[in-house]
Amino acid sequence: MERVILHSDLNNFYASVECLYCPAIRDKPVAVCGDPEARHGIVLAKNYPARAAGIKTGEAIWQAKQKSPGLVVVTPNFPLYLRFARLAREIYGDYTDQIEPFGLDEAWLDVGNSSSIYGDGVHIADEIRARIKYELGVTASVGVSYNKIFAKLGSDMKKPDATTVITRDNYRDIVWPLPAEDLLYVGRATRRKLFRYGIKTIGDIAVARPGMLYSLLGKWGEVLWAFANGQDNSPVARVGEEGLIKSVGNSITTPRDLQNDNDVQMIFYVLSESVAARMRDHGFRCRTVQIHIRDNTLFSFEAQGKLARPASVSTILAEKAMEIFTARYTWEKPIRSVGVRGCDLITAHSQEQLSLFEDEERRLKQEKLEETVDLLRRRFGHFSVQRAVLLQDADLGIINPREDHVIHPVGFFKGGKLP
Amino acid sequence: MEEKDYNNPDKIYISVRAVFYPDGGFKPTSLIWEDGREYQIDRVTDIRRAASLKAGGTGIRYTCKVAGKQVHLFLEEDRWFMERKEG
Repeated sequence: MERVILHSDLNNFYASVECLYCPAIRDKPVAVCGDPEARHGIVLAKNYPARAAGIKTGEAIWQAKQKSPGLVVVTPNFPLYLRFARLAREIYGDYTDQIEPFGLDEAWLDVGNSSSIYGDGVHIADEIRARIKYELGVTASVGVSYNKIFAKLGSDMKKPDATTVITRDNYRDIVWPLPAEDLLYVGRATRRKLFRYGIKTIGDIAVARPGMLYSLLGKWGEVLWAFANGQDNSPVARVGEEGLIKSVGNSITTPRDLQNDNDVQMIFYVLSESVAARMRDHGFRCRTVQIHIRDNTLFSFEAQGKLARPASVSTILAEKAMEIFTARYTWEKPIRSVGVRGCDLITAHSQEQLSLFEDEERRLKQEKLEETVDLLRRRFGHFSVQRAVLLQDADLGIINPREDHVIHPVGFFKGGKLP
Repeated sequence: MEEKDYNNPDKIYISVRAVFYPDGGFKPTSLIWEDGREYQIDRVTDIRRAASLKAGGTGIRYTCKVAGKQVHLFLEEDRWFMERKEG
């Protein structure tokens, strides 16, 4: 049976919620921006009048204000956005139990099994849009298709508050003329590579030889070719499935640009502590450490390395992160944001092979020590115990990544694995 | 609820008296307006989730008859609010 996949995207989500709660600013250009004091002063979301003025997500507040001097800048209210995301999911839950959130404001729904009760995909999409508007006071765009990739493209096509249908009969007309970068996982670097070979649209990807794309982009090339041709069979996760943790990570835009290895090391320690503590909370150890680096021109990359032994000790994570970093980074530009992630998780109680060549006793002591630090912090607050290395710099040492960050980005392929 | 204060003059938080039934559920019986006056709720005619564009918020909306007039009471998480009427 043909699947019926919906992708629902809450339009200008943060900005829409802010405008709902503050009627006085609704008709003005509005941008939701991070805290400039903590150097998070970039546009996170904007409403349609701000968009019309040419303001883009990710640009600095001063750039946005140059384009639109009357711009209303508001601070984000994440607890409120989380509440709206939950309310939207409650609405989706009336139609299916296959709901896969993609960030706070987007979700895929597989409503194929509900059509005998609620009508076809378009009917359900229109009903969901009407309910979101009436019950939540914000709008959604919904794409309806037979796979997740086209459903997502559909939700991007007509905004706000619209349904777009992409079928096996019309996808060549609707999807193929779109620029290549509209496709999931075509970022700046991939777009440039494709462009060099004259591949500008999704249609160009679709009619290219898969072997050529493979030689150009590796395994991703074949994935993109399949995406462009609508050959995506990945299921929409059931409610609850997404709760399975595949990796634990944390990242931060630092209060000032990082200039040298020492700065980066401090941040790795801060992040590794929070990642390790969260892994211990959930009873995991990781076998792979991944780092994410973004420089001050916003160019970013990821790199990973395997640990000799599974670990949930922050010192080990931080040392591994540093080792990966020094092998890859040549300090051509200062660094703006840094992330550490533990992947390839196993449960903490798995059997493990002890090593003859390592000091096992020291290892156990380290684990005990960090558990004790967890306990102290739970009782007396995050800053009750600190690594001495963090005292070197007052700006960087004061970050409390564990409590400051609640929203974690997600990937399309869970755990970063290809299908 | 929200950590951020939106200070919207058209959103009036009110006190509500309610009866809680032994088998679960409850019904608001009177509301206390910002000036301190208490109004009897004669009847609840509709309960549904709805947004208030005027007051700015969303919650469970109780459509009530108060002194012969129809009014909306919104239960937003753990606070009740009403929309300020024109004029």
